Amino acid sequence: MQEHDMSWVRTEMALAEPAPASVRGLGAWVRQNLIGSVGDAILTVIGIALVIMILPQVINWAFINAQWTGPDRTVCATVAQGGIQPDGWSGACWAFVNAKFGQFMFGTYPVEERWRPILVAILFVALLVPMLVPRVPRKGLNAILLFLVLPIVSFVLLIGGMFGLPHVETSRWGGLLVTLSLSFVGIAVSLPLGTVLALGRRSKMPIVKMLCIIFIEAVRGIPLITVLFFVSVMLPLFLPAGVSFDKYLRALIGVSLFAAAYMAEVVRGGLQAIPKGQYEGADSLGLGYWQKMGLIVLPQALKLVIPGIVNTFIGMFKDTSLVIIISMFDLLGVVKQNFSDANWATPQTARSGLIFAAFVFWLFCFGMSRYSMYTERRLDTGHKR
Amino acid sequence: MASQEVLREEPSRGSFINDPRVRGIFYQAVVVIVLVVSVWWIVQNVIDNLQRLHIASGFGFLNGRAGFDISDTPIAYTSDSTYGRAIIVGLINTIIVAVAGIITATLIGFIVGIGRLSKNWLISKICTVYVEIFRNIPPLLVIFFWYSGVLAVLPAPRDSYNLPFGSYLNQRGFYFPRPVWGEGSWLILVAFVVGIAMAWFVARKARQRQMATGQQFPVFWTSVALIVGLPLLAYALSGFPLSFDFPKQSTFNLTGGFQVKPEFLSLYLALSCYTAAFIAEIVRAGIRGVSKGQTEAAAALGLRSGSILRLVVVPQAMRIVIPPLTSQYLNLTKNSSLAIAIGYPDLTATAGTVLNQTGQAVEGVLIMMVAYLILSLVTSAVMNVVNARMALVER
Repeated sequence: MQEHDMSWVRTEMALAEPAPASVRGLGAWVRQNLIGSVGDAILTVIGIALVIMILPQVINWAFINAQWTGPDRTVCATVAQGGIQPDGWSGACWAFVNAKFGQFMFGTYPVEERWRPILVAILFVALLVPMLVPRVPRKGLNAILLFLVLPIVSFVLLIGGMFGLPHVETSRWGGLLVTLSLSFVGIAVSLPLGTVLALGRRSKMPIVKMLCIIFIEAVRGIPLITVLFFVSVMLPLFLPAGVSFDKYLRALIGVSLFAAAYMAEVVRGGLQAIPKGQYEGADSLGLGYWQKMGLIVLPQALKLVIPGIVNTFIGMFKDTSLVIIISMFDLLGVVKQNFSDANWATPQTARSGLIFAAFVFWLFCFGMSRYSMYTERRLDTGHKR
Repeated sequence: MASQEVLREEPSRGSFINDPRVRGIFYQAVVVIVLVVSVWWIVQNVIDNLQRLHIASGFGFLNGRAGFDISDTPIAYTSDSTYGRAIIVGLINTIIVAVAGIITATLIGFIVGIGRLSKNWLISKICTVYVEIFRNIPPLLVIFFWYSGVLAVLPAPRDSYNLPFGSYLNQRGFYFPRPVWGEGSWLILVAFVVGIAMAWFVARKARQRQMATGQQFPVFWTSVALIVGLPLLAYALSGFPLSFDFPKQSTFNLTGGFQVKPEFLSLYLALSCYTAAFIAEIVRAGIRGVSKGQTEAAAALGLRSGSILRLVVVPQAMRIVIPPLTSQYLNLTKNSSLAIAIGYPDLTATAGTVLNQTGQAVEGVLIMMVAYLILSLVTSAVMNVVNARMALVER
């Protein structure tokens, strides 16, 4: 065979050329994402103008000009308003939040007893975090502790009146304590109650079905305020003379019933999404109704509607702020109540307090929604179309 | 044979306790008995309590003198009017704020929702921040923020902000020129109605012609010309009867013009901002729900990008958008009951005052529930009609 001279053939691969300058680096990114076309460029200019108009003012107000500590309103008021700030000053009055922080958290819970709600909060976090992290084992025991033992322990700790703990009336509860406890109980009650209502609505027994439909549609058709009105005004009328209900308990009943009706519709969506074969398969195995629902249908259905369930939780968490209407003081209520404190009344007080409250609400709701997105991805078994 | 004998026997039905039908009837009987007993117990208690507290029952109280003032009265109302009229004033206020809020929230929501899908990085981030902020804080807080955080700290009437078109903004609200309808201005209204009717007719004819011949007709601009042009023509013909009553600045207050009170303003702004965040998410989901193949197929047919959006993407997206949009409208209407927290006299506020004054809690709460249920049903009905027109026509 003839020998070929292969010396002109490359033996190693040519290195990849870098991408053309027009599609790489910051410049290309800007061209693609900010000034792709004339319309885009105009939009970008408008956007930048908006950001420049708003952002520096917000940062200035919330951080640079803000007053972080102070004994009373003078630190947050201009000279003309009777304070020490120069005229035209505008900044957040975090000193107000700082001074009232204990109230915002616990309401008028006695100061020397505040270790009790703090202890409950620590227990709650200690039980909730392992519940939320999927890798931690013993979920069953954890759930029993969180949903059965913790409420009883918290009840004893918060109310007191036994084991040598002084009694604290619920009328002295307030702030974040009320917001969180109302929503926790609401969540713990509304999910099982909503599931039962959803099952009732799909039941073959006409009377049960009708009652469930009437309850769900009536509650969903009216605002929560009306429900709260109903519970706070009508419940005392429904009971024999002399029997009275705690206001906190009334709010709890109202919020739970309201959330349960919405929860029922969410769960019903999940029940309807389960193919008929699953129901029939359970029947053919000879399972009874509760076995069929508890072992086969509900685990799949609830998993399908996790986003809806969490949305309802978030909605309920936000809705607890409405108890202010029946003169209970949750976080928002306490913040608003403190606006009238003459010691702190300045034009900046209301804004600062409300933004603080908004931040707290936002943290909880945003956290819940992010966690639900994470769970949704984790539990996704490819059922969804 | 013994086994044959057994086979020929009546099939065993088991105990009737295990028959699902018998069980079903039994359970329902238990439910009915429990329900009847508890309702009877509650009714007895209510009757006892009402007698003990000397509270009358029935709806006769609606004709009594109300004796309280209402700050925003769209229809004539004084403290001498009846309780019934007070409740109607509240109902109208609820409807006003709900309709205004729904329109604004839809506008903001569509803009933000489409903005979030924009290829422009900055715009989509701004829209995302907007949605994530407003979705995660309670509507009541937003209302308070507008009311005590923004509107209450505006300057006093003496130093009002001057806005374009002779309008003013100060702590007592927003003032704008009020149109004064002079002699013969009914002609303008008639022209407006005729314009709308003609525009509808033209659109129908144009569509028929396009279906038959394929020729297009500039429907949009003709409609604009008809709806705007005809009233303008009527305005000129009837001798310019429309004038404006401008708000004037005096020493302590603004006089004249039309005043929008801060209560209404903060409720309206808060409900719009809050609901818009949810509508934006619905719109985004709707547009993303239209598969890319649809856009590409439309492009392959030679449609321009505007036509693709109008004829292919939006009609399909609307099908996904409308049902959840309806429930957002219902939520907004129900959330308008938060008005009571800042003293805007909506249905809940006025009915609540009536309830407190007369003590007739049962009737008061019943009226509220029925009114909100009717509002919800009407909204649902309207949206169902829209939905039916949008729905996929299948064989």
